[in-house]
Amino acid sequence: MLYIKCPHCGWRSQNEFSYGGDATVKRPELGKEVTDQEWDDFVYNRKSLRGKHWELWQHLSGCRQWIKVERDTATHEIFKTLKASEEIS
Amino acid sequence: MTQSFRLENVGLINRNKKLSFKFNGKVYYGYEGDTLASALIANGVHLVGRSFKYHRPRGFFGAGVDEPYAIVQLYRNGETEPNIKATEQELFEGLEATSVNCWPSVNFDIGAINNFLKIFLPAGFYYKTFMWPKSFWFKVYEPFIRKAAGLGVASTKHDKERYEHKYEYCDLLIAGSGPSGLASAYAAAKNGARVILAEDKSRFGGTLLTSEVNIGNQSGKEWAESIISELKEMPNVIVKNRSQVFGYYDHNMLVMSERISDHLPTTKKFHPKQKLWYIRAKEVLISSGSIERPIVFGNNDTPGVMLSSAAKEYLKVYGVLVGKNPLIFTNNDSGYETAIEFQKNGINPVILDTRNDPKSEIVDEAKNLGINIKFSYVVVAAQGYKKVKSADIAKISENKEQLGAIENIKCDCICVSGFWTPTIHLASQSGNKTKFKEDIDAFVPGIPKQNETTLGAANGTYTLEETLKNSFEAGHKLSKEITKKDNKISFPNVIEKKSTVHDKFWCVPLPKGKNYKRFLDFQNDVAVSDIEIALKEGYRSIEHVKRYTTLGMATDQGKTSNLNGLQLVSKIENKVVPAVGHTTFRPPYTPVSIGAIVGREVGKHSKPTRKSPMHSWHEKNNAVFVDAGVWLRPRYYKQGNESLFEGSKREAKNVRTNVGVCDVTTLGKIDIKGPDSAEFLNRVYTNAWLKLPVGKARYGVMLREDGIVMDDGTTTRISENHYHMTTTTAQAANVLSHLEYYLQLVWPELNVNVVSTTEQWAGAAIAGPKSRELLQKLFPKSDVSNEGLPFMGYMEGDLFGVKARIFRISFSGELAYEINVESDNGNFMWEKIIEVGQEFKIQPYGTEALSTLRIEMGHVAGSELDGRTIPYDNSLEGLLSKKKDFIGKRSLNRKAFIAEDRQKVVGVVPLDKKTSIPEGSHLVKDSNAPLPNPKLGYISASCWSVEHDNPFSLAIVKDGKNMIGKKLFVMSPLKNKVIPVEIVSSHYVDPKGERVRS
Repeated sequence: MLYIKCPHCGWRSQNEFSYGGDATVKRPELGKEVTDQEWDDFVYNRKSLRGKHWELWQHLSGCRQWIKVERDTATHEIFKTLKASEEIS
Repeated sequence: MTQSFRLENVGLINRNKKLSFKFNGKVYYGYEGDTLASALIANGVHLVGRSFKYHRPRGFFGAGVDEPYAIVQLYRNGETEPNIKATEQELFEGLEATSVNCWPSVNFDIGAINNFLKIFLPAGFYYKTFMWPKSFWFKVYEPFIRKAAGLGVASTKHDKERYEHKYEYCDLLIAGSGPSGLASAYAAAKNGARVILAEDKSRFGGTLLTSEVNIGNQSGKEWAESIISELKEMPNVIVKNRSQVFGYYDHNMLVMSERISDHLPTTKKFHPKQKLWYIRAKEVLISSGSIERPIVFGNNDTPGVMLSSAAKEYLKVYGVLVGKNPLIFTNNDSGYETAIEFQKNGINPVILDTRNDPKSEIVDEAKNLGINIKFSYVVVAAQGYKKVKSADIAKISENKEQLGAIENIKCDCICVSGFWTPTIHLASQSGNKTKFKEDIDAFVPGIPKQNETTLGAANGTYTLEETLKNSFEAGHKLSKEITKKDNKISFPNVIEKKSTVHDKFWCVPLPKGKNYKRFLDFQNDVAVSDIEIALKEGYRSIEHVKRYTTLGMATDQGKTSNLNGLQLVSKIENKVVPAVGHTTFRPPYTPVSIGAIVGREVGKHSKPTRKSPMHSWHEKNNAVFVDAGVWLRPRYYKQGNESLFEGSKREAKNVRTNVGVCDVTTLGKIDIKGPDSAEFLNRVYTNAWLKLPVGKARYGVMLREDGIVMDDGTTTRISENHYHMTTTTAQAANVLSHLEYYLQLVWPELNVNVVSTTEQWAGAAIAGPKSRELLQKLFPKSDVSNEGLPFMGYMEGDLFGVKARIFRISFSGELAYEINVESDNGNFMWEKIIEVGQEFKIQPYGTEALSTLRIEMGHVAGSELDGRTIPYDNSLEGLLSKKKDFIGKRSLNRKAFIAEDRQKVVGVVPLDKKTSIPEGSHLVKDSNAPLPNPKLGYISASCWSVEHDNPFSLAIVKDGKNMIGKKLFVMSPLKNKVIPVEIVSSHYVDPKGERVRS
């Protein structure tokens, strides 16, 4: 079970969180014309990468905040966690 | 029977407390502090079971967790438990156990015929033989194999025992209380660290209990006792015996099972039987020691052949002799220690040492005691069927390939020592890449992956002095980093006998003309010849060899067999052992009971049960409940002997003719506040929300980004910046997360707050032509006329002194209202509605009638909004705004979504107007078409239309808009039904929607 540092609450076990996918995907702006390819990339196309991955988790059984977590998908090592409002650097 | 193999005045058992127990129906006696194994051996019982494949007689091989043989069915306090290791089960008064895997009895086992047919049961036998003819597998082979094979029998009864889970955090978790565990725990605890010390056995101390060593001015055993008693007194230390750390998971979380009551005849009141500990440790110290490995020789599975360390443990801990005429077969000094213990207790052992006159303090001591030692000798084969009677022995050449003349020597047990294998399971589970240590011929942990340190014998350190030194240092160093304290413990003086190197000899060659079975895996009956066959057949990877031969796959997970298996593969393949590599170690290290894993989450406790504030009223009024997610909802209110069908029909009919009331508390409710709420709803829902006036409700549909319908419901504008959203019962939690996602991550600039208020409001829907009259009586001061409270209107009212929210919304398609009050007033509201409604013939209705009403009205719900349909499919395309963008809109122009013949919801009526249509059935054009019959759609929901008094269903059908009026067939292969049907509009009742507006 992973041990995740919620930027709002501190260290919590994985079973308080739910997974939310790739954190680097940006939703196209509302009303903006986008190509089929751009839309598919937003909705469907994800890298199944091995290694460092910025992903979203929601602290569901805690503060209910969505947070950004940088995790190694192979080793589960967590390098950094950010609030939703903080930019991935 | 007397305990004829029990020594006087030796051992740690409590001789003041004699215990009686039964094995295979026969009564025996033992002492408090015995294991079932030690008590049986004390009584001279060595035949405890039969092996898995050949049903060969099985005795005891070890004295603890590594035991491959002595697996029993245990009976305790009216319960039974399979596959208990007799070497681990502590004796209690009245214990009962039986052998497993034997029929009709352990002494005479019909399955043992496999033993004589064993030429037919080589490696991969099952894979090769039972594959043809195919039809035989289920009918003939499988049932036969099931009866013949298999271990214990699981109970089919409900387990009365209680199992608990516990979460714990610590600075250092130390697995194993041998010398390294004790020393590191002591050093760390004295330095202020929060320590958990876990010991699998009932007694702390590990090898200190059986070795002849001195630490400081105490014996090893006394030192262990004094350290433990001091640790137990320290507030920063948790000391647990009977506790196995069996799994090492991510981020230094380890799981430990504590056997709290298994050693007692009954579980004490308010105590659990077992407790599972989830421990998050800053640092883990693995001090799990090592397990002696056997030397492979002919018939080495005969009862009476056992590990030399086990023989020593039975003698020193339990005061039990495993034999009175022992033969010790060793390739290292450990066998001598066992021999010396026998000799000291008046038993004269014979030692066969594969080495040629080794020199060490221990060997010298054995010589001085006058023990008969034969150097460069091996056991070729054990003789005897149910118990060792003698051994064929021979001199072995310097290159270990030629055997001299076979001699037979009488003995009643053969104690084997093939040197020591570090217990590296936990380190390996944590991700540690292990490395092969040449001098001990075994794997040890390499570079740690997590915060773990392996110490002592588990790390291949076999001298006490070095072990203690490293462990004191590790405990101090690791705790210093955490506590920033620097209290050092002075290192005690250690006296131990020096030993010399072992002989890397592990398998005795077969003598000419002999074909003895030489077993590697004792529980799964994997012999040297099986591995040879697997390799001949082309298996190379050790993982494949393992699975093909089942080496190391039994309940003992190959604790005594894996390394010898690797030696064999590497020898045949002409590779070094590290090149062959070992199979992956996975948790659990030892079997864990399902009860402990499940814990308290049993039956109704497996998930929370949510009840509405009106639940007790429903109970009192004969409600039959149904699970709706985690909620319990009335399905119908049973009158007399009414069936579900009759009851729900009555309730639905009453809604259509009079008025009914339904508990809708379970609907998800989300409170939305903030100046940008309207804009937010406009983005979330597919229809327009910017112009909804205060005091009005609107029906909305929300999509996922891929265009699929996520949920629907009404949202009401309570005041300028305050909205009340409802969701379906099932999607309530997901919708809240969905809203939070967009507010926190996508549009953080919107000033909106959302919070779940599902449990804060109790809800009652009143529906039917007489609902307005009823409402007026409930709220005499309010104007609830069609003008005062029009369809989709909202007002606040005073329900006999209780503040209420009144929504004019309808799910049933009738004139209907929904009343919400604060949850505490829910029951009051409900009783008032029933009381006042009497004159209008009000009846409560449950979910079944609710479904009937919405189905015949053509209102889509969860069975249509099933995560696979878009708005068009549900005839909700009228709610798609063309003027604005919303979540999922861009996906709706996907090719499949705009196809001319896109699926759509329709109504389905059987031609005979009688036959009910099973939900999930398929619609086809021609019921006689060859298979696979092309499917046009499926039945999503079925009911008995109370309006038309015939069956009616909703279906999602390809090209639905052009199917109205067509005759098709409904097929349900599951129920073996073919029903001719007509496709009609999904709006079977009041298609113009006049009633809701009346």
